[in-house]
Amino acid sequence: MHALFPAIGEPREGAASSVPLIATRAVAKQYGAVQALVGVDFALAPGEVVGLVGHNGAGKSTLMNVLAGTVQRSSGDFRYDGAEIGAWGAREAQAGGLRCIFQELSLCGNLTATENTRIIHANLRGFGWRRRARALISAALDNIFPGHGIDPDRKVAELAIGERQMVEIARAFTQTSIPVRGVILDEPTSALGHTPTEQLLVHIRKAVAGGIACILITHRLNEILAVSDRVTVMMDGAVVADRPAAGLTRSDLVTMMGSIEAHGGTGRASAPVANGATVIDHAGRDGADRAIRARRGEIIGFAGLDGHGQRERLRAIYAATSTVPVAYVAGDRGTEGVFPLWSIADNLTIRSLKALQRGGFVVPQAARALAEQWAARLKVKAPDVDTPILSLSGGNQQKVLFARALASDAQVVLLDDPMRGVDVGTKQEVYTLLRAEADKGRSFVWYTTEMDELANCDRLYVFREGRAVEEIPGAQIDHARILEASFGGAQTGASDG
Amino acid sequence: MSLRLAPWSYGFLVALVMWGATIAYSGVGSAIPTLSSALVFAAFSVVVGTGQMLVIASGPGNIDLSMPSVLTLAAYASMSVMAGSDAMVLPGLLLAVTVGAVAGMLNYLAITALHLPPIIATLAWSFVFQSFAFNLGGEATLKPPAALSDFTLWSIGGIRVLPMAVMGLTLLAVLVLKHGVGGRQLLAIGQSERAARLAGIPVGRVRLVAYTLCGISAGFAGFLLSGFSGGAALNMGDTYLLESIAVVVLGGTSVAGGRANAIGIWGAALFFNLMATMLNTFQMQAGIRFLLTGALIILIVAIVPRPKAG
Repeated sequence: MHALFPAIGEPREGAASSVPLIATRAVAKQYGAVQALVGVDFALAPGEVVGLVGHNGAGKSTLMNVLAGTVQRSSGDFRYDGAEIGAWGAREAQAGGLRCIFQELSLCGNLTATENTRIIHANLRGFGWRRRARALISAALDNIFPGHGIDPDRKVAELAIGERQMVEIARAFTQTSIPVRGVILDEPTSALGHTPTEQLLVHIRKAVAGGIACILITHRLNEILAVSDRVTVMMDGAVVADRPAAGLTRSDLVTMMGSIEAHGGTGRASAPVANGATVIDHAGRDGADRAIRARRGEIIGFAGLDGHGQRERLRAIYAATSTVPVAYVAGDRGTEGVFPLWSIADNLTIRSLKALQRGGFVVPQAARALAEQWAARLKVKAPDVDTPILSLSGGNQQKVLFARALASDAQVVLLDDPMRGVDVGTKQEVYTLLRAEADKGRSFVWYTTEMDELANCDRLYVFREGRAVEEIPGAQIDHARILEASFGGAQTGASDG
Repeated sequence: MSLRLAPWSYGFLVALVMWGATIAYSGVGSAIPTLSSALVFAAFSVVVGTGQMLVIASGPGNIDLSMPSVLTLAAYASMSVMAGSDAMVLPGLLLAVTVGAVAGMLNYLAITALHLPPIIATLAWSFVFQSFAFNLGGEATLKPPAALSDFTLWSIGGIRVLPMAVMGLTLLAVLVLKHGVGGRQLLAIGQSERAARLAGIPVGRVRLVAYTLCGISAGFAGFLLSGFSGGAALNMGDTYLLESIAVVVLGGTSVAGGRANAIGIWGAALFFNLMATMLNTFQMQAGIRFLLTGALIILIVAIVPRPKAG
């Protein structure tokens, strides 16, 4: 991937004129108690490309949604083209010539590319609008992706994912009455193949030369380095670094993303159980995909960027494990965890009915004893185990789900990012409990999107693009190493600068 | 508020009101015979309804529309085998139950293997079953053995045995749903299929059992009903299509799945049958009777407080 963009190395003299297109000061966004953005200062000049990088949950997409008007900021100043902006919605952004290409495609699947183009151009009306819209999108596609082979009259749902992405990108660059001033590209290349990606990057530089401003978000750092004038790094809802792109290397970026936060991971006190029996041995789907192995008493972590195949692998392991009892703790409590009509006790014991039954009927006293024992061990805050589960807080519901797995006969427990939205106190209690259970011989496979939790693991597998690409032994678990593997930096990092 | 009643008790209350209205109209002497016959008719609805309840409770969208034709087919098959002979009653019963079980499995097979919505799969099978029944008996009514008829009319000390036996069945259903491993698993699936799968519940197997039991209950009802009503007839199941669903829902089972109530079915079934009796006593025209039936169902569903999820 490194020597891909020879044509676009140089033109970095910031075309920046006097007035920035976008300027924010101390923009913050809260979702309930969650601070998604904590005072972001961000600027984008006409004719400039800003590469925006950061780990999952850093706030990149929230910031883009605020700029695009699809999410309202909680506080802070926002200037667009020099004018102070109060309320800012998608309609205003559109009228101001700001276009967005979102991670989740925003095309209507039941419509054609032509019709989708019509949606953002209100003045394509009257007799012959379809012909004009088709000409518009075809021209944009031909311009950005020469040789794309997309029929603009096919329904978007029938197109391949990469083709859909190309239509989405091309549509953002189409222009009728309102000139395009700025384009936000949020992970535009994750679904694109090699050639379209190159074509897009070339086009971005071309568009920028014509005065359009671009924000590019991508986890592929080569692309950032290839087209950006400036690189902005976000972490925990704030901008933590902002540098000219010239002279930066990929490893600089990785360092900027990872090294700021110091971490005191709890780590494990005792030495890992070196020679327990292997309880999981799950082959990868090809040579690049590592086999997942876990021994008795081990806590295995799944790391990497969110959505790179960790959950799918966890499900595959769940489905394939038949030699030892296995339990699954879902992170998506609402749809995959709780039984909403039931009490704590019913929810807790459902995984253990076989052990609690005699002649096909559950022994009530045994079930109750088990529920009370585990509700107490996990310190579930409720008057008694007959309390309806939905009356508990999210963290306490999650504890019940942990208890369901731990109270069962499971020798292997799969954790699917279960700590999302759980308070710190609960987390610490659960970490301690997991370690205690592991010391008793249970094995855990733990997918988490929170970096800090990985410090509780004995060994990690890092996922990238659907595969377990790297294995990191416990002694070497650190932030930079994980980031490097997540971004595919390990092989090419040095040669890029 | 202590006066607040459980949703399933409304059926019993309304049934009581109708019983009272009928007595007021035709005299105190009619009280016991009215109730006794309503109990017998309700028993058939309860057998069918209990099966339907298991299917409906197994998750949103699950329903068995083939019950009337399974009931008819099972009745025809068992009547043909028994051919009026008392000695063949037991084989006849076995056959009726087997026909029901196979029909239930076929229903579930079409749902899982062909990914059909249950409403379509069971409706499609119901046409198949109906035409089998037609081939077996045609338009003729097949007579039951005397022993079977006697059993359905049997009473000890003035108390009818059939409703009592069906009440035993209801109690069994209550017990299984509350404490049985299968019952717990069924209700878990009904609440959240994905959560159930991840909690290690064999979702497919549990649903298969639910549909099979539903078929068995239809077959069993067909067997009893043909003994009670003097034989198998092609239209004998017709009234049970909507009634099987209505008694389940009025009885407090959630159409969204996960919540089942076996006792409530009795209240709803008594309500249906006592209402028919009452309207008959008032000598109303068929049109008005249907109108009132519909209006009353809507009224009850509207006034019953809906339990919140949780």
